[in-house]
Amino acid sequence: MVHLITELSKYTMIILFALYTYQCFAALKRSIDKEEQAEKYKSQVVYMYLFHMNAYGVLVLSVRDIKLIKFYLMQVVFFAAVQLCYSIFYKRVSRLVVNNMCMLMCIGFVMLTRLSYEHAMKQFQIAVISMALTLLIPFLISRWKFVRGLTWLYALAGITMLGVVAVLGAVSHGAKLSFSVAGITVQPSEFIKIIFVFFVASMFYESTEFMQVVKTTIIAGLHVVILVISKDLGAGLIFFIAYMVMLYVATRKLYYFAGGLVCGALASVVAYHLFHHVRVRVVAWQDPLAVFENAGNQISNSLFAIGTGGWFGMGLNQGMPYKIPEVKQDFIFSAVSEELGGIFAICLILVCVSCFLMFLNIAMQMKDFFYKLVALGLGTIYGFQILLSIGGDIKFIPSTGVTLPLVSYGGSSLLSTLIIFSIIQGLYLMRERTQEEASGLGKNGKKRKIAKEETSNGKRIRQKSFEKDPDNFRNEEREKGAKQKGGSLSNEENIHGTKVEDFD
Amino acid sequence: MKKTSTEQKLRTSTRGGKNREFVIITYLFVGAFILMMGYFTYFQMFRSEDFINSPYNTRQNTFAEHVIRGEIRSADEKVLAQTIVGEDGSETRYYPYGSMFAHAVGFDSNGKSGIESFGNFSLLRSHAFFLEQVLNGIRNQKNPGDNVVTTLNYSIQEIAYQALGENRGAIVVLEPSTGKILAMVSKPDFDPNSIGAEWDSIISNTDSENSILVNRVTQGLYPPGSTFKILTTLEYIREHPNYQEYSYECTGSISMENTEIHCYNNAVHGSEDLAHSFAKSCNTSYANIGLELDKGKFASLCNGLLFHKDLPVSYPFKQSSFVLDQKSNTDQVTQMAIGQGETLVTPMHMAMITAAIANQGTLMKPYVVDHTENYQGVTVKEYKPSTYGSLISAEEAGKLQELMSLVVSEGTGSKLSGQSYQAAGKTGSAEFSSNKSESHAWFTGYASTEEKGTIAVTVIVENGGAGSTTAVPIAKQVFDTYFSL
Repeated sequence: MVHLITELSKYTMIILFALYTYQCFAALKRSIDKEEQAEKYKSQVVYMYLFHMNAYGVLVLSVRDIKLIKFYLMQVVFFAAVQLCYSIFYKRVSRLVVNNMCMLMCIGFVMLTRLSYEHAMKQFQIAVISMALTLLIPFLISRWKFVRGLTWLYALAGITMLGVVAVLGAVSHGAKLSFSVAGITVQPSEFIKIIFVFFVASMFYESTEFMQVVKTTIIAGLHVVILVISKDLGAGLIFFIAYMVMLYVATRKLYYFAGGLVCGALASVVAYHLFHHVRVRVVAWQDPLAVFENAGNQISNSLFAIGTGGWFGMGLNQGMPYKIPEVKQDFIFSAVSEELGGIFAICLILVCVSCFLMFLNIAMQMKDFFYKLVALGLGTIYGFQILLSIGGDIKFIPSTGVTLPLVSYGGSSLLSTLIIFSIIQGLYLMRERTQEEASGLGKNGKKRKIAKEETSNGKRIRQKSFEKDPDNFRNEEREKGAKQKGGSLSNEENIHGTKVEDFD
Repeated sequence: MKKTSTEQKLRTSTRGGKNREFVIITYLFVGAFILMMGYFTYFQMFRSEDFINSPYNTRQNTFAEHVIRGEIRSADEKVLAQTIVGEDGSETRYYPYGSMFAHAVGFDSNGKSGIESFGNFSLLRSHAFFLEQVLNGIRNQKNPGDNVVTTLNYSIQEIAYQALGENRGAIVVLEPSTGKILAMVSKPDFDPNSIGAEWDSIISNTDSENSILVNRVTQGLYPPGSTFKILTTLEYIREHPNYQEYSYECTGSISMENTEIHCYNNAVHGSEDLAHSFAKSCNTSYANIGLELDKGKFASLCNGLLFHKDLPVSYPFKQSSFVLDQKSNTDQVTQMAIGQGETLVTPMHMAMITAAIANQGTLMKPYVVDHTENYQGVTVKEYKPSTYGSLISAEEAGKLQELMSLVVSEGTGSKLSGQSYQAAGKTGSAEFSSNKSESHAWFTGYASTEEKGTIAVTVIVENGGAGSTTAVPIAKQVFDTYFSL
């Protein structure tokens, strides 16, 4: 009977998650109206709870432990509270991002409970605390306008913390990644990547002139170098890519991007020859079975798990994901793929992609250049971390030992990802407010339209000047935007205005 | 109107332009995600088998809970091993031909061996139609496992098994052009049907000479005797381009520092060239040749022919070995030249060298699993022939082929002459103890016809006396059977 339910649940869980995933993308269609979208998001919540119930049903049946039921109910309360808080306090945030956040954590809890109840419990406690803390962030981010001015403070904080870790940090798995304070192990690079994005965004918000680019690049390079010295290659790579993407978008100069990537490639070659642990990873990636006894063990076991699981999975509690070293942190994706199936795993990637798209979506929709860059930077970090983590697990790329955000075990990773998600939600909140205010202006809006029509000639000229000098153009645009909105808006525009004046 | 539409256009283009980089980045990332999902799909469909079937993968036991172990079949569709499910659901592994395929197919109780061992995962995987699998899962029934179809040919295995009779020894038959293992016999053997019951007495017998669990084809180390002269001759040809001018006067014995080397049965071969020294397997002439060889080059030739190397086979194996360096004295050198002394080979290794010679110098990796298929016969995975590498040049292979043909037409392998097929080979009578009258009988060679191609056969009969009288007739039976099929 238990076997029957486990077998059946394999398919029902895949179907539920596939439906959930479908709604992620169906809701993105342009033709859809708000009500329909809201319906889809509601159905997603239903699918999530059904999956959650199904998964814990199987776990309870196969483990036969009452404490799992208690744990399950605690999680239901937690998810309900998160959903409720967001729908009461933050009506305007992206429901899709909220749903995805809960869904990914839900998969994480299920997998961790299957692997180790104690770790799952600890993860849950961290999740509750982190959620309580980060619930404030959307509100704060939309109010705290000063965050764009802390430029050098970010750099100082980031480099100091990374430096401290590099010097003092505990040696874990050949990489100096963390330190312990009062029994809590913190992995600072998880948080510094957020600060780093704010640093780069505020630098490029100030200016994208050559000297500014040089200064920013030096600081960014310093971050990466410290990370490489600490042997945290995964984080180093994430910082590097995030910086390259932000640099390219801010300056609109493709050759910066291309040149940066070439330099990165060269640096990788140098690192390959310089560092033993880099070579080991590459060797293990090329032919894991040939070096099974040592370096290839982890990736081989990961591929045994993924391959043996096949498309439909072994069923919860039916596989041997615990054979993979570090499965709870870096290789959680392989455990998901083994027990819940390859189709489920593909859906998991798609849900992550949908998160990434929502990050980039808000980046494109924001009017304020600083927040555009912040959203872009955070989106890049999130997206690239997914690529590194899953790509490493399935031998698509050499393993870099990066966690899968929200699914993997690890307090720092969980908290920092929740912070990122909350900041993004704060941006959605800001966008909705400005849109609301803009439409509330009514008459003003009309006037603006007329004004625009009048200047359409001038715009063409500006278009030309933009081609010549995009930076100047953007400053002009900013100025224009500030002036157009006039005093009718809050201090946001004032700050914006003064910034523009500073340039003059 | 016109004005507004152009204005509209301009606005959208400016907006698009404003976010152009964002769009590019989005596409770049989405492209990377799609590539990654594509790789994941590719891995699941085409690459996962390599990992699932790895002996390091310890997930096998979980499979057995849900899959009925598949069948092992011969190339000619005979069932060599199957699982019979009783009415109470109990499973018994049944081997219809008993001990005939004992070492090739192996056993599946008290551990695993042979194909049962390295084909384990294929046998425990089910590629039944997926809806059927879903249905079986729901009904709590096991899925039928995949069948492993081997390269083994029942008729050849049968004749080889019978030809070896009550003797101890080994026979292996390869297809040189592909590396297919057509037959593999090792005696003494066991009945895999009853090995569970007899296990205790089997393992309590610690006499390694007798051990029935040893697959002598790949794990039996024997002195190669005169079959080793193939290598000695090759080295002489390499060092002496004018090897055809070699001549030697055989008086039946040659004296070294401490020992005297005799020709087999104290024969006296008289005046002979290299080809006839080889064909008649003249020990004294080869001792003389050995003394002329460069020790370093000879050693590297042997290493190039897989001595002291891992054999590319799925079965557990022993490495062949020899001892020769610059410090070796003339006794050791001459002993090595005639395949005695400390030189040891496995029959599989000898068969691989022979197959490479028959295949113009190129060794194909021997393999025994031809393909796997689901229980309804739909192919799941095919194993294609793969090249190990060129052991010797095609020219050298041609020269050795000529010499080995002469063995059949004029020398010790004459029992194979005048047949419907063209045979070639080398006999050996390897002394294995201080008692000079006892020897292992060797034959390694190949035969071919236009339509049926070439097969290579290596036979060793322990304590079988002369290769020409004991081993050659066994090989002949195999050839006769194969070419009359």
